[in-house]
Amino acid sequence: MVHFPKWKTALVLLVTLFGLAFAAPNLLSEKTAGSLPGWLPSQKINLGLDLQGGSHLLLEVDVKSVIKDRLESTVDALRNEFRSADPQIGYQGLGTKGDCVGFAVRNADDLARARQIVRKVMQNSEIETQGSQINACFNEVGIRDAESSAVQQSIEIVRRRIDETGTREPTIQRQGRDRILVQLPGVKDPERIKQILGKTAKMTFHLVDATNSVAQSCGPGQRPPSGSICLPSDERESAGSPGGQEVMYLVKRRAMLSGDSLVDSQATFQEGRPVVSFRFDAVGARRFGDVTRANVKQLFAIVLDNKVISAPRIQEPILGGSGIISGNFTVQTAQDLALLLRAGALPAPLTVLEERTVGAELGADSIAAGEFASILAVMLVIVFMGAAYGLFGLMADVALILNIVLITALLSLLQATLTLPGIAGIVLTIGMAVDANVLIFERIREEQKNGRTPISAVDSGYQRALTTIVDANITTFIAAVLLFQFGSGPVKGFAVTLAIGLLTSMFTAIMVTRFMVVTWLIRTKPKKLPL
Amino acid sequence: MRLISLVPSDTRVNFVGFRKLAGIVSLILCVASVGLFFVKGLNYGIDFRGGILMEVRTPEAANLSELRAKLGGLGLGEVQLQEFGKNTDVLIRIERQAGDEKAQQAAVETAKKAIGDGVEYRRTEFVGPKVGGELIEAGITAVLAAMAAMLVYIWFRFEWQFGVGAVIALIHDVVLTIGIFSLLGLEFNLSTVAAILTIAGYSINDTVVVFDRVRENLRKYKQMPLPDLLNLSTNDTLSRTLLTSLTTLIALVALYLVGGEVIRGFSFAMIWGVLVGTYSSIFIAAPLLIYMNLRRTGLIVGEDDDAEAETPAR
Repeated sequence: MVHFPKWKTALVLLVTLFGLAFAAPNLLSEKTAGSLPGWLPSQKINLGLDLQGGSHLLLEVDVKSVIKDRLESTVDALRNEFRSADPQIGYQGLGTKGDCVGFAVRNADDLARARQIVRKVMQNSEIETQGSQINACFNEVGIRDAESSAVQQSIEIVRRRIDETGTREPTIQRQGRDRILVQLPGVKDPERIKQILGKTAKMTFHLVDATNSVAQSCGPGQRPPSGSICLPSDERESAGSPGGQEVMYLVKRRAMLSGDSLVDSQATFQEGRPVVSFRFDAVGARRFGDVTRANVKQLFAIVLDNKVISAPRIQEPILGGSGIISGNFTVQTAQDLALLLRAGALPAPLTVLEERTVGAELGADSIAAGEFASILAVMLVIVFMGAAYGLFGLMADVALILNIVLITALLSLLQATLTLPGIAGIVLTIGMAVDANVLIFERIREEQKNGRTPISAVDSGYQRALTTIVDANITTFIAAVLLFQFGSGPVKGFAVTLAIGLLTSMFTAIMVTRFMVVTWLIRTKPKKLPL
Repeated sequence: MRLISLVPSDTRVNFVGFRKLAGIVSLILCVASVGLFFVKGLNYGIDFRGGILMEVRTPEAANLSELRAKLGGLGLGEVQLQEFGKNTDVLIRIERQAGDEKAQQAAVETAKKAIGDGVEYRRTEFVGPKVGGELIEAGITAVLAAMAAMLVYIWFRFEWQFGVGAVIALIHDVVLTIGIFSLLGLEFNLSTVAAILTIAGYSINDTVVVFDRVRENLRKYKQMPLPDLLNLSTNDTLSRTLLTSLTTLIALVALYLVGGEVIRGFSFAMIWGVLVGTYSSIFIAAPLLIYMNLRRTGLIVGEDDDAEAETPAR
């Protein structure tokens, strides 16, 4: 009657072995675990940032500005195409409106050709024609595409910048449509990284407009002459006093060169002051040479993120393709600028939406407290179960310990992240794990009271309790899955341990304690169960 | 060895007889909780409200008034200081700054400058207005979705009356949890939502065990009046209900006492939830079945299928 099939015995032993093997590396030091032979499991539980210390940053890519940039470059491209078309296409009012580009053709005969060019230049767009007016707007695909490539590119740049700061093992991943999640284990003070990520670092070189005066163009209510723009700088009008007005520069709107063609940049010293050196690629170097040759004795402005950082006079043509920026730098800012120039410009500004930084000390304290709480909980529950169910309680206790081993093993194997709420989940599981056993034991007790023999009481006790166990656990499992779905970071960690705990506790209750109970029954053949 | 028995096996408490009293008590508590929620509101943490939270450790016992003076004059709006676990640890909360994410960022830097270098920054968190709104939305969605999913599952496994009874008990537990958070002014944050969802799972778990027995007894005792049958089922499962609640409470109290300051709020919510959940599955969920016109015919017709399903398919 009492029967525990061989394959189940094998399964119980196998799972136990597997559990021990995968949980064991967590007891070893980093070094010993690393030196294990390759065929042995050596992965440890992955600790969340709240336990190992580190910084979690949620960044948002300003995709609106990306779309705007794309539209503006589309306008430039259209202008070129219309001009180089044969015969030329006359147009007027070419510009951007919202998410669209609009213009009118002068000659209605050109309408079809203009449409064709628009279709070629601006892919994934809806084109509308009204009389001689053409409006082209990005459709959903076009906008998504722009966003996606901007976010991908931003991730790449963010990675390069963070790598340059020497941070170990950062995790950088896309989240949702326009967000980037950055996790920096071990980083204590993320202020510098936030500063570095906060700059777009778009560098351009402009000639200074010397024919018009700043005073007449850049004051309040004044408009700069067409073809020129006013840009602020770091310099103050009354040097030294922080209250002074920013010095404005009037520069040509068109950039001579952009930072895209930079290949290297380093912070160095010139006459004892920190400066930043840069080097162009071959094409950039040729262009730089041409421009400087044509504009000797003129001022040219080095512009970073729409701010003039330096405006030296071109003393002689610069042909080697490299130069030096001597702005108002400290050693740190010079290093940061060099880093930014090396890593490249972000396609759009980034905003920090959320920051969570935990010091390693607090993390270590949390681990210690969590461990202590877990051990205390386990011991109390073990004593309690023994007192309530005697021998059967002790079997449930063995299952409970195996349960913890299995949770540890699964967490290591899946490389799921253990967070502080995750530890809470484990402690909760310790309390709830015995539930399945309690259900079974109570049922066996009842069946025995109703006059069944020990063997038959055990048998029907397990059978009848099973549906209840499954029903009760599935409802909690549903809660765990939804927590995982909607939760973020630490809460997700809680959901993971809760769900894993439910699975392992069902296994240990239904299989492992049953295995022990049945083995004991067969060995001792008791007249009455000690329940 | 004599085993501890929480509940003598011949216990026959007339739980259903308490249904009016329990109903009135629960109703008053629920109304009070809702009232508190609307009048006093919840002490939302920065997860939902946005804002800045810093935990600092000073080398010696922290001088809160000095710190308060340092931070109060910065024009950062409301600054709350609180001793956190030890007298050297201080939790600083700064309200959400007007303006966008950059304004929050600037406030973090201003505050750090004012506090100075002599302290250890154990934790710095800031949540911008945008994320805060989304987290509220995600939290509410999660709780509602969990309730709906559990209702559907129980409906599917039992009769609809069981589902409704379980979900009413569940709402009762969640409302009372929100009530106590409002009453005591405890911080309501993301981990509180996690606790509420777990409470929901636990409460349903408890209720399902009782309902399972009700279903079984309905088949077994076809002539027994429903109130008696509910009493019998609740008493049958009472020992298990109390034992499991007790082991869970033991673990949670351990967590509350020694698990560290950061998850104390979470463990408190869970302890409260287990107490309320145990109460509601005994006094609310089962008695509710009386009022819902539970028809036995449906169960008896389906009996054969269920009986088959109960035989393990192994």
